[in-house]
Amino acid sequence: MNMLSEDDSLSVRSTVRPVEYPEDDWLALSGVQHYEFCKRQWALIHIEQLWTDNARTVAGDLEHKRAHDYSASEKRGDTLILRDLRVFSKMLGVVGDCDIVEFQASEDGVQLHGRKGKWLPYPVEYKYGTSKTNNADRLQLCGQAMCLEEMLSCHIDEGALFYQRTKRRERVEFSEELRAQVVNAFADMHELFQRGYTPTVKNQRGCSNCSLKDLCLPELMKAKTQSARAYIDSIVAGALEEDLR
Amino acid sequence: MRQMLNTLFVTTESAYLSLENENVVVSDGDKAVAKVPLRSIESILCFSYKGASPALLGKCCEFGVSVSFYSPRGRYLCSILGESNRNVLLRRKQFVLADDASACSSIAASFVIGKIYNSRWVLERATRDHALQVNVERLKRQSSILASALKEIKNCDNAESVRGIEGQAAKTYFYAFDDLILNNKDDFYFERRTRRPPQDRMNALLSFVYVLLSGDCKAALQGVGLDPYVGFLHADRPGRASLSLDLVEELRPALADRFAISLVNTKAISPNQFEVRENGGVYLNDAGRKVVLAAWQKRRNEQITHPFLREKIPWGMVPYVQALLLARYIRGDIDAYPPFFWK
Ligand code: SF4
Repeated sequence: MNMLSEDDSLSVRSTVRPVEYPEDDWLALSGVQHYEFCKRQWALIHIEQLWTDNARTVAGDLEHKRAHDYSASEKRGDTLILRDLRVFSKMLGVVGDCDIVEFQASEDGVQLHGRKGKWLPYPVEYKYGTSKTNNADRLQLCGQAMCLEEMLSCHIDEGALFYQRTKRRERVEFSEELRAQVVNAFADMHELFQRGYTPTVKNQRGCSNCSLKDLCLPELMKAKTQSARAYIDSIVAGALEEDLR
Repeated sequence: MRQMLNTLFVTTESAYLSLENENVVVSDGDKAVAKVPLRSIESILCFSYKGASPALLGKCCEFGVSVSFYSPRGRYLCSILGESNRNVLLRRKQFVLADDASACSSIAASFVIGKIYNSRWVLERATRDHALQVNVERLKRQSSILASALKEIKNCDNAESVRGIEGQAAKTYFYAFDDLILNNKDDFYFERRTRRPPQDRMNALLSFVYVLLSGDCKAALQGVGLDPYVGFLHADRPGRASLSLDLVEELRPALADRFAISLVNTKAISPNQFEVRENGGVYLNDAGRKVVLAAWQKRRNEQITHPFLREKIPWGMVPYVQALLLARYIRGDIDAYPPFFWK
């Protein structure tokens, strides 16, 4: 998956990235899913703050409810289950929530405030629907893991995605390659965010089931309607011609 | 394209709106007269003095249902719409363009080109559809003056002269407007546009329909995150929703004027559905307003093909689509603002 090559807007990406992003500049971690799906969609939602709460996201929210309840955190045997845990990373400049982080009691683990023993974190993200073909969910999960690593000074090898529709847990290994993609994606998002730049429409197949299509107007890309100026001129010219007849 | 849901019109003067679960309940006195699920509507137009409960308004904001209040006689009071001011970069860009003379003149020209083009086709249509009843010669003459106004705008490089041409064109158009009225000529006639107050039935009807169109335009602009008070054609004036007025201009002939004329020509509205007040002002009465609102809702659901996007949309969506195109132009996605051309 090549995330960086297609967008002209990224060509001016600065080579100097901050070591740490100030809190005010943190982006929503979950935005990486939008970004991976379509850079413009991410910009419309996060930069332009356009968001239509369509039926699909409402349904998603309802199913999400249970996972998102910090007070429902519990301990089961050797596993400590924390729900709805807020995580952040200064290096990535992101903040978000983990649906569930399972901590396994382990000698290799880290100490947690108010808990005896040592624990190894294992993030689990609940997803509406079924496993996707794109990398979006994996990137988000990996981003969460990187946050946890930074917060707890530890290393996390893997986590899991749980798909509600299929009730399947999918293991995700946090490879170097995946981590690099996360780093690059957020660096590019910060760059776009700072410039307040919304990438132009790239006609893609995803447009037809994109929840932002009515605000994005992918039709603007259709070859014939691309220049509004030419369109206006031709209509006016036509009107004058009719008059001559 | 986005689905257009229904509008709830509340015309009973004494009605009060409240929330029950996720429904809007319309009550008159102690009696609940209607109950409508909020999910099934996208706006509420309330012509009642009693208004609505804060709980309902809060829920409407949450659901993205806009609520507009009018006096029972149709004077616009206010509207509410959920969080729509988040797109701060868009508004900043809008203000920057509004301060830039050349950008202003180009956007203003788009609005006026749209207005003149559409005015002209209102006249042209009448010569085709009613050749035997109308003064074809006069309509053709006015139409050709409008055509040359279009040519003039092309050479305009400042908003001031665009405004000048617009004013002339409006006169040219209204000069032939009376020709469009085919029925009840004793009761419905048009000499000139009077607004404060409207002095004849046709003006009363036009005024009421313009209020409806303006409300739609303002909600549309707010809905896409633009500031309806900062315009390009209409200069800033405290309290004036200049950008709404800009957008109204291009839509007026095709959406409002034709609609008003058709109410008269099809005899959907009758002379006794108006009242005359002490100041000589003429207004629709209760029955008249009901007729207009019902017809307006019906018209809003009629499908048209948007000439630029080439997509079928209900005409009630036209203000929204134009607002969106303007927003996308301001954000740099297209190289000009394409007005809505009707033919
Ligand atoms: S409609 Fe297409 S281009 Fe627009 S945001 Fe959605 S996926 Fe991206």
